[in-house]
Amino acid sequence: MRALLTSNEAIAEAVRIAKPDVIAAYPITPQSPIVERLAEMIARGEMKASFVRVESEHSAMAVIHGAATAGARVFTATSSHGLAYMYEMCWWIAGSRLPAVMAVATRSIGAPWNIHGDHTDIVLLRDAGWIIGMAENAQEAFDMTLQAFCVSEEVNIPFAVGIDAFTMSHTAEVVELWNPKLPERKQAYRVLPTDKFAVNAVTMGKARMKARYDLALDLENSAKVIERTDGEFGSHGGLVERYRLEDADYSVVMMGGWCGDAKDAIDILRKEGHRIGLLRLRFLRPFPKKAVKELGGEILVVDKGNSDLRGVLGIEVSSCGVEVKNVVAGIGGVDVGVDDFCKIFRDFLNGRINLEWYL
Amino acid sequence: MILPGNTSCQGCPISLAMRCLDEIENPVLVIPAGCSTVVAGLHPNSAMKIPVIHVPFASTNAVACGLSEAYRLKGIKANVIAWMGDGAADIGFATLSASAARRDDLITIVVDNEAYMNTGTQASLSTFQKARTTTSPLGKEDERRNLSLIMIAHGVDYVATATVGYIEDLRRKFRRAGEMKGFRFIQVHSPCPPGWRFPSEKTIEIARKAVASGSWPLFEYFDCKLRFSAAGKRYLEKKNRIPLSDYLKAQGRFEHLSNEDISQIERAIDEEWRILKKLTLD
Amino acid sequence: MDLEPIISRVKLGAAGETGLWRNYRPVVNRELCTKCKTCFNYCPEGVISEEIEIEYRFCKGCGICKEMCRQKAIEMVPE
Repeated sequence: MRALLTSNEAIAEAVRIAKPDVIAAYPITPQSPIVERLAEMIARGEMKASFVRVESEHSAMAVIHGAATAGARVFTATSSHGLAYMYEMCWWIAGSRLPAVMAVATRSIGAPWNIHGDHTDIVLLRDAGWIIGMAENAQEAFDMTLQAFCVSEEVNIPFAVGIDAFTMSHTAEVVELWNPKLPERKQAYRVLPTDKFAVNAVTMGKARMKARYDLALDLENSAKVIERTDGEFGSHGGLVERYRLEDADYSVVMMGGWCGDAKDAIDILRKEGHRIGLLRLRFLRPFPKKAVKELGGEILVVDKGNSDLRGVLGIEVSSCGVEVKNVVAGIGGVDVGVDDFCKIFRDFLNGRINLEWYL
Repeated sequence: MILPGNTSCQGCPISLAMRCLDEIENPVLVIPAGCSTVVAGLHPNSAMKIPVIHVPFASTNAVACGLSEAYRLKGIKANVIAWMGDGAADIGFATLSASAARRDDLITIVVDNEAYMNTGTQASLSTFQKARTTTSPLGKEDERRNLSLIMIAHGVDYVATATVGYIEDLRRKFRRAGEMKGFRFIQVHSPCPPGWRFPSEKTIEIARKAVASGSWPLFEYFDCKLRFSAAGKRYLEKKNRIPLSDYLKAQGRFEHLSNEDISQIERAIDEEWRILKKLTLD
Repeated sequence: MDLEPIISRVKLGAAGETGLWRNYRPVVNRELCTKCKTCFNYCPEGVISEEIEIEYRFCKGCGICKEMCRQKAIEMVPE
């Protein structure tokens, strides 16, 4: 069945199909429609979840942590400052090795205030121990959300699905709504009133370090599960999507919704004879090191989020031992369209870029 | 429900209060940062015979809410207990208030030792007026916040104050809360020997003096009615109380108090009783 | 998955032999003791049984039992 849906709506539909037990979320632009649609579906009887109205994002993540501990399938959604507010709980739920799914409509973190899309918020999760996926369009957002429930419950690591604020969250596209029957919830442990153990008590060094190592190792190995289940969830390519990279002398590395326009620019330049291609990272964690190392020729990373003067992806990609040109663009939702990409890529082809901000 | 040989200090009221958890059926404890975290046991040991979920400081009631909802959906009988100190009630106040406003089906027990004890006795919002703490070395200027009154104002199903000084009364309140449904709140007065500076053998005596001086009213609130507890009923009348200085001067944290200070405190206590008594009028 | 780092198991004496903490030990005078169980009710550690037997392995010597005993049947004796 095909429908015209925004990425927010597509994610809400995927959540409905996944049949979660407990949903807790706090509204924030531009994620609110996800939560509103879920509340409507529950009110209409289309979904049987329990919807807890919390007073903050910190509590939203805390409620789903509690529910997940008791064995419930859980979901929450947030953006920007909301993600920052629940940051502490994100670490806690990952360290507790509980499966959970969260949608992040990636929006700029202030100051100053800005409600539009960039990637400055979702990169916060890099060190917390979450699987972080970035969709390019509403179909992928739908497929990836369904995959998130499966993968997260298989590896006991929470999974964040990122979509770009407004350009994806509020932009309608055609989505094929298919209806898989997801397996029953499973998880490494749960706590019942009859149990006689404590979870997450104060540890001394070795235990804490082991827990952190186990999480990091399992996060690394989750790549295998992501790739193995790729075919069941839309065949988008596993950790990465390779666009016209086979014989590329110039490779561009990006993630997110704006890759659509980047691909159009690639096509234009290809027509002119330039051997340029795009490596779209579908996952920020686990980081696709292998795919990056396989890139031939010159590499340009175009970022929608920065750390200092360097873009975050620029730092991540260069940590794989490859030399990288880096452009930071589109922060605060500044529109970067096909013409802009053509300009940036031409500068790249002409060797005029090292580390640039496209203002 | 707590085993001997735990990490609590000599004479610790928290350990004593935890012993009373056998009054509640199917308990699941949610414990945020605080003395209770440590008393419950350091990894790999748990001192509790019931399940304990350790959580970040401000999240207790929200995690407890999630557990409660999940158990309800799965038809599992449980009394989820958000067990926290007055410190966690400060940092987690929004969480606590929202949980009360939602009338979450859980029990909140605040062991109130009137300071952030686990980090070395810093002043909390529940710290008694004029008490010396590390962050109020000259005595705390502001009065303490009345958590139980605030919970009554949320219109929840059960609110009670209790003290380790009267264990039967405390047990009765735990038992009543365990048998009810809805949002239940119990604030347990927990005199702390190292924090309040009194010998460990005096914990119960200090707790009883708090009640006898009028400093810790004992009551329950349910079915829209405030009821003063039998253990403290005679102290409704000022003439039956012991002098406030008997209670305060027995603690090192008040040794600097002047008579004027004590009078000031007495006026604050009178005001608290005035409000409570108004709530009992029909 | 190795759950050991995040799961703690129930253990008597989770903090070790806390009896080593005390400077004074409570000693019950059986002649004066009426088994009213006040000490049993108020011991923070729970080391006094309903038969008023004290588990000295874990008794921290806080002295609350001595204070609460109505018959003055408990004496705190130096270790």
